[in-house]
Amino acid sequence: MPRTACVIAALALALLPAPAPAEEKKTTLVLGMVLEPPGLDPTSGAAAAIGEVTQYNIYEGLTRITAEGTLAPLLAESWTVSPDRRTYRFALRRGVRFQNGEPFTAADVKFSFARAAAPGSTNKEKAVFADIAAIDTPDPATVAITLTRADPNFLFSLGESTGVILEPKSADGDATHPIGTGPFQFESWVKGASITLAKWPGYRDAAAIGLERATFRIISDPAAQTAALLAGDVDAFPRFGALDSLKQFQGDARFTVTIGSTEGKTILAINNKRKPLDDVRVRRAIAAAIDRTAVIDGASNGMGVPIGSHYTPNDPFYIDLTGLSPYDPAKARALLAEAGVSLPLKLTLTLPPPPYARQGGQIVAAELAEIGVEARIETVEWAQWLDGVYKRKNYDLTMISHVEPRDLAIYANPDYYFQYDSAEFRAILDKVGAAADAGERGRWLEAAQRRLAEDQVNAFLYVLPQVTVAKKGVAGLWRNSPIFANDLAAVSWQ
Amino acid sequence: MGGFLLRRCAGFAATLIAASAIVFLVMEVLPGNAAQVMLGPEAPAETVRALTQKLGLDRPPLARYLGWVEGMARGDLGESYAYATPAGDLVAQSLSLTLPLAALAMALNTALGLALGLYAAQHHNRPGDVAIMGMSQIGIALPTFWLAILLILLFAVELGWFPAGGFPGWGGGLWPGLRALILPAVALAAVQGAILARVTRAAALDVMREDFVRTALAKGLSRGAVLRRHVLRNAMIPIVTVLGLQFSNLLVLTIVVENVFSLPGLGHLILNAIANRDLVVVRDVVMLLAAMVVAVNFLVDLLYAAIDPRLSLRGP
Repeated sequence: MPRTACVIAALALALLPAPAPAEEKKTTLVLGMVLEPPGLDPTSGAAAAIGEVTQYNIYEGLTRITAEGTLAPLLAESWTVSPDRRTYRFALRRGVRFQNGEPFTAADVKFSFARAAAPGSTNKEKAVFADIAAIDTPDPATVAITLTRADPNFLFSLGESTGVILEPKSADGDATHPIGTGPFQFESWVKGASITLAKWPGYRDAAAIGLERATFRIISDPAAQTAALLAGDVDAFPRFGALDSLKQFQGDARFTVTIGSTEGKTILAINNKRKPLDDVRVRRAIAAAIDRTAVIDGASNGMGVPIGSHYTPNDPFYIDLTGLSPYDPAKARALLAEAGVSLPLKLTLTLPPPPYARQGGQIVAAELAEIGVEARIETVEWAQWLDGVYKRKNYDLTMISHVEPRDLAIYANPDYYFQYDSAEFRAILDKVGAAADAGERGRWLEAAQRRLAEDQVNAFLYVLPQVTVAKKGVAGLWRNSPIFANDLAAVSWQ
Repeated sequence: MGGFLLRRCAGFAATLIAASAIVFLVMEVLPGNAAQVMLGPEAPAETVRALTQKLGLDRPPLARYLGWVEGMARGDLGESYAYATPAGDLVAQSLSLTLPLAALAMALNTALGLALGLYAAQHHNRPGDVAIMGMSQIGIALPTFWLAILLILLFAVELGWFPAGGFPGWGGGLWPGLRALILPAVALAAVQGAILARVTRAAALDVMREDFVRTALAKGLSRGAVLRRHVLRNAMIPIVTVLGLQFSNLLVLTIVVENVFSLPGLGHLILNAIANRDLVVVRDVVMLLAAMVVAVNFLVDLLYAAIDPRLSLRGP
């Protein structure tokens, strides 16, 4: 049947991709991301994905958190801090405009911070801004902020996506059409599929920006992430999820794979109010039953740094406390006996959806069985976890990664879902805030880490890795993830 | 005919009301609150309360349900909690993908199923029939998501003919959009087509045993003409019934396929909405799906009458 053959040949030709034109240096980038942000205003929504798209690209704050996790100036060129560490005086960068043409002044800073602290505010870090006693704007390029009490993380908080400066007239529409002072402006959003940003020609340093256009493609399924990279649909995938297929990319000359660190402190959270978990010996027994290496192997393909407290090696004044709770099943059994726990001890282990929890939880349950603790696994979806574990505190054990940077303060809240109530720890944290110099602050930060480890509030396991797979030639992506951001201004094709 | 339509419309409304009540109840029973999910675990309780109030989630369930139904009746599809955009826009955007995808898959399914089924019936118990039935057996057994992954590996990763997933929208012209939908449509149609081929074959074989077929052949009509004019038409009733069921099935399967291909369609939308407890969007999508299924059933009833005029529309 020659006619059929002709049709098939024609179809095949039509399906073949057109030959690629001779390439100049590429100025577009397609980035993969796992979760879609629910809106693009990081000051009203809490999802980390909002910052991954907007932080340092569309919006900027007074300070910047660098790829190394250190602090740098951004919209504030410099600042001074009063001796009691309660008053900050910022000198703002001059000649900055918002993407809608409005000039950036001290009034915008005041507006943004007041908005974050307002009664109806849904800012995730509302507490930071509620602590502001007064904001003075003596001239358009100066802002003086007085806090009700010293906050050692204040400058750091201003560099997070929750502290970005908005333009008053456009602020209410930022969730769907964001306006900031950053190098990229919002172009389009195909819900469920992709978000595209374009270089903003009005940016103060537009000539230094290497990309004309950047598209974030949302790909949740790990197998689809792998396929999209292999097919060349996506140029780079920070926070790559399909760790099982990483070997494939490491052995492929077309790709570079980097493994860095995040702020994700993966812990086996323990309900400190439930009997017999309110006994520190029982919590220590649970911690001693867990072999961190086995958990890291099973949950993150061997990538991840073990931790002994709620603090990561990237954070200032980190001390390695893994030695306080080494893997020692014999000691664990002895501790349980000493605490007078009758075996088998039956507990529930609630596991939210992320793979580290679902896979790591299996290993934890098996290891707990070795010391006579029967952990019954309950898998839940996010909404259920938030409701049952986080809000109602109806759980014994749960595996979860706390991704917020420098969040020791959650242990000062006795109503937090760990239900850890320690006046000593709160006193230590107050001293961190009031410390006069870095040396003193460091000593108290070390004391805080040690206190949590000694009280064994939770079983502290490891820091989640930041795995990035990119095509060869993509340069400037962050290796580590001190905060959730993809700083596109630094990215270019080599 | 008028009575038939009236009865149909009443059934349509009753189905939608029942569906709305069930959806609302299920979402009510599910633990979790949209405000908490949106703000995440680190949000202070006060912030969650503020958002809960803003979204109106603190009102009693009955008031919320009535508000829901009333909004629907007014044609106000409401606003998505999670995206802070009108839910109607979200639904319209995902329909611009799911409808073409479903149409493409149904077309492929029908073409494949009818052609293979009739061929098998015509070559009953000969090698062609055995081969097609063997293939369709495999087709039925294939999980759709697995087939989808295989298709991606072969046609996107190895050959590079199609994108591995994602959807560029229709803004860039017909071909880029269509190109993104071909693999998903094939994945959807393969399993359904296998089922349809078996149904078509069985229905056609039944008719071929009838006397009038023998008569038609005896009076000298060609096999092809008999097949087209007499056999197919008489075998159409079971085929159309199955096609109607397959359409509902297809809508369910798009949830799986859209996930594997990262397509922003209706299935993707409802999956995310459920995870986010985005009640407004869940309601709208479920109502739409229910309406589509009821509408297709209605269409199937009309087709029965068109195929076989003896079937009266007056009903039982």
